[in-house]
Amino acid sequence: MTRKLVSLAIILPAFLLAGCEFGTKVVEQTGPRGAGTFQVANKSTMAVVGKVPDPPYPLTPDMLQGPRAKETYQNVKVLGDLSTEEFNYTMASITNWVAPDGTVANGGCNYCHNPENMASDEKYTKVVARKMLQMTRNINSTWRPHFQASLNTGGNAGVTCWTCHRGQPVPKYNWSESLPEPNRLNGNHHGQNAPAQTVAYASLPNDPFSALLQGKNQIRVQATSAYPSSYKSPIETTEKTYGLMMHMSQGLGVNCTYCHNTQNFANWSQSRTQRVSAWYGIRMVRDSNDNYISALGDVWPANRRGPAGDPRKIYCTTCHQGVNKPLGGYPMLKDYPGLKGTPVAGPAAPPAPADAVPVAAAADTAKPAG
Amino acid sequence: MAYQNIFTQVQLRGEFEPGVPLGPHNDTRFGPFGYTYWMGKLGGTQIGPVYLGTLGLASLICGTLAFCIIGLNFWAQVNWDPIQFVRQLFWLSLEPPPAKYGLKVLPPLHEGGWWLITGFFLTASVLLWWARTYRRAKELNMGTHVAWAFASAIWLYLVLGFIRPLAMGSWSEAVPFGIFPHLDWTAAFSIRYGNLFYNPFHALSITFLYGSTLLFAMHGATILAVGRYGGEREIEQITDRGTASERAALFWRWTMGFNATMESIHRWAWWFAVLTTLTGGIGILLTGTAVDNWYLWAVEHHFALAYPATGVVDPATLPGAPQ
Repeated sequence: MTRKLVSLAIILPAFLLAGCEFGTKVVEQTGPRGAGTFQVANKSTMAVVGKVPDPPYPLTPDMLQGPRAKETYQNVKVLGDLSTEEFNYTMASITNWVAPDGTVANGGCNYCHNPENMASDEKYTKVVARKMLQMTRNINSTWRPHFQASLNTGGNAGVTCWTCHRGQPVPKYNWSESLPEPNRLNGNHHGQNAPAQTVAYASLPNDPFSALLQGKNQIRVQATSAYPSSYKSPIETTEKTYGLMMHMSQGLGVNCTYCHNTQNFANWSQSRTQRVSAWYGIRMVRDSNDNYISALGDVWPANRRGPAGDPRKIYCTTCHQGVNKPLGGYPMLKDYPGLKGTPVAGPAAPPAPADAVPVAAAADTAKPAG
Repeated sequence: MAYQNIFTQVQLRGEFEPGVPLGPHNDTRFGPFGYTYWMGKLGGTQIGPVYLGTLGLASLICGTLAFCIIGLNFWAQVNWDPIQFVRQLFWLSLEPPPAKYGLKVLPPLHEGGWWLITGFFLTASVLLWWARTYRRAKELNMGTHVAWAFASAIWLYLVLGFIRPLAMGSWSEAVPFGIFPHLDWTAAFSIRYGNLFYNPFHALSITFLYGSTLLFAMHGATILAVGRYGGEREIEQITDRGTASERAALFWRWTMGFNATMESIHRWAWWFAVLTTLTGGIGILLTGTAVDNWYLWAVEHHFALAYPATGVVDPATLPGAPQ
């Protein structure tokens, strides 16, 4: 009898604790006490920060002198104002990042270029690469507010081709539209209710990207007045937003409280500055998907499209890969000045980050209140 | 022989207990079916007799239909694959009609039509079962306390799946049938309406829910503790107080200065249980119909806790912000 009781006393708690996660946790408080504003990470399952490759060779100041690339080469439409030496340096870097010789089939310069005529646009990869260079420059200029939290001494982190590509012609993490559900009962999941990795295995709509990471659909769902008004937002739109948030949480390896005070998800005045970065990030992703990736249209061959025929597009995980700051926030862009863009003036330009978030406020949130 | 109480009960075997004779307008009862040792470990050893009757039969038919329609919908979603049916069971769902259909009575079957049909049969089943609990209690010359407690739970069920969707003008506001999907719905519902924790009726419901468990534990523990004095015969002791009842009352007066009586503890428990779903239903019914954002409502009524502002400004409100 005693033995039975002892074994029960051991087995029962073990059974009840079976859902718990073993391992050392790292807990960091990020907001006021009692609001659950902390980050919990399991040391053993934390995403590994990706390695940053060294430049192919040092870029010295004297290499920036001399004739411009557009004078030396033909059909240079984006990087023409670079010096020829810096242009060659940038090309060598891109090759290492996107289609390195040896690890990628048909890698090397010829992945994009016809070796007989380097200026030719006959390979679609060259046309895509040009558009991607424009996109990179646009991200590094127009979307600087997204990088405001990367307080590096060398300026903000910015992006290079490596941030997404990591040595692959197609970035590992990408999305494309899901096939429409059949207009019948059989096999119709209504775009949700399936164990999908995209929304961290919740039963939420598992393609929130088609609706929310391209175009201009509203992500916000809560009413802005306490009482019913003309504002209507059904639960199904909340579930879609929720799905997107699950992706963001998973893609960055953070909890909801990394950005929000969950007392009220919508309230900006009690959110962390990271939420501002995320807000710009979503618009940056939409801009990149709409005006660069999808804008390439028929340039994309069939093997670069998803099952629904649209090109493979970017989302948070494409760069972040489970880390709140891609590549640990390393300011890789400083070694590749050719990828920096000049800020684009015009109605689409977001305001400078200093206007949006006082630096003092950022410092306040790092300490627990009281 | 060791001392006997409810956990060391002698399991009697003998003549079956058929129950009191019923009046003229009743059906026959089935059983008794026999004695079971293991049910005797949990409660009475005798299984049956069961009174099914017209209401019970109708309720079971409706309930079985609802259950099967849900199951077949799940199965159809995985293209009738039995293995995927089991693997994805917790994710599968029978969804209410999308918002575009409003309160349309029968949208296409695969777009909520089956959900409405299931809701109809499930509701019919539940209401018929309620009528059965009421009528059986009457036939036994009991009070109808069980039926009214059950009615409180049905109130919450009807608010969630019928009354509130009617008030909102859309079936899409209702809860899906599915294990994870109804949990995700709950979380999304709270987020959409500005955090349900600021709904005072939700707070009352939680109070009564946790209060119910506390009262249940206090009562169960008290009766078990005086079992050695015959405390489990609590109903007799309501009118004829013996040592067990006296000691139980004394224990609580010593520890907290007040004691419930053998009768009142059951009224406490009944009301706590009934008020859990009664207040919960009110809270759900007010959500979206009277209050669209509970957090802002709480701010207006000065009971939302104000945390130190972080100084963050909604970037969408800044001039020239991208959309």
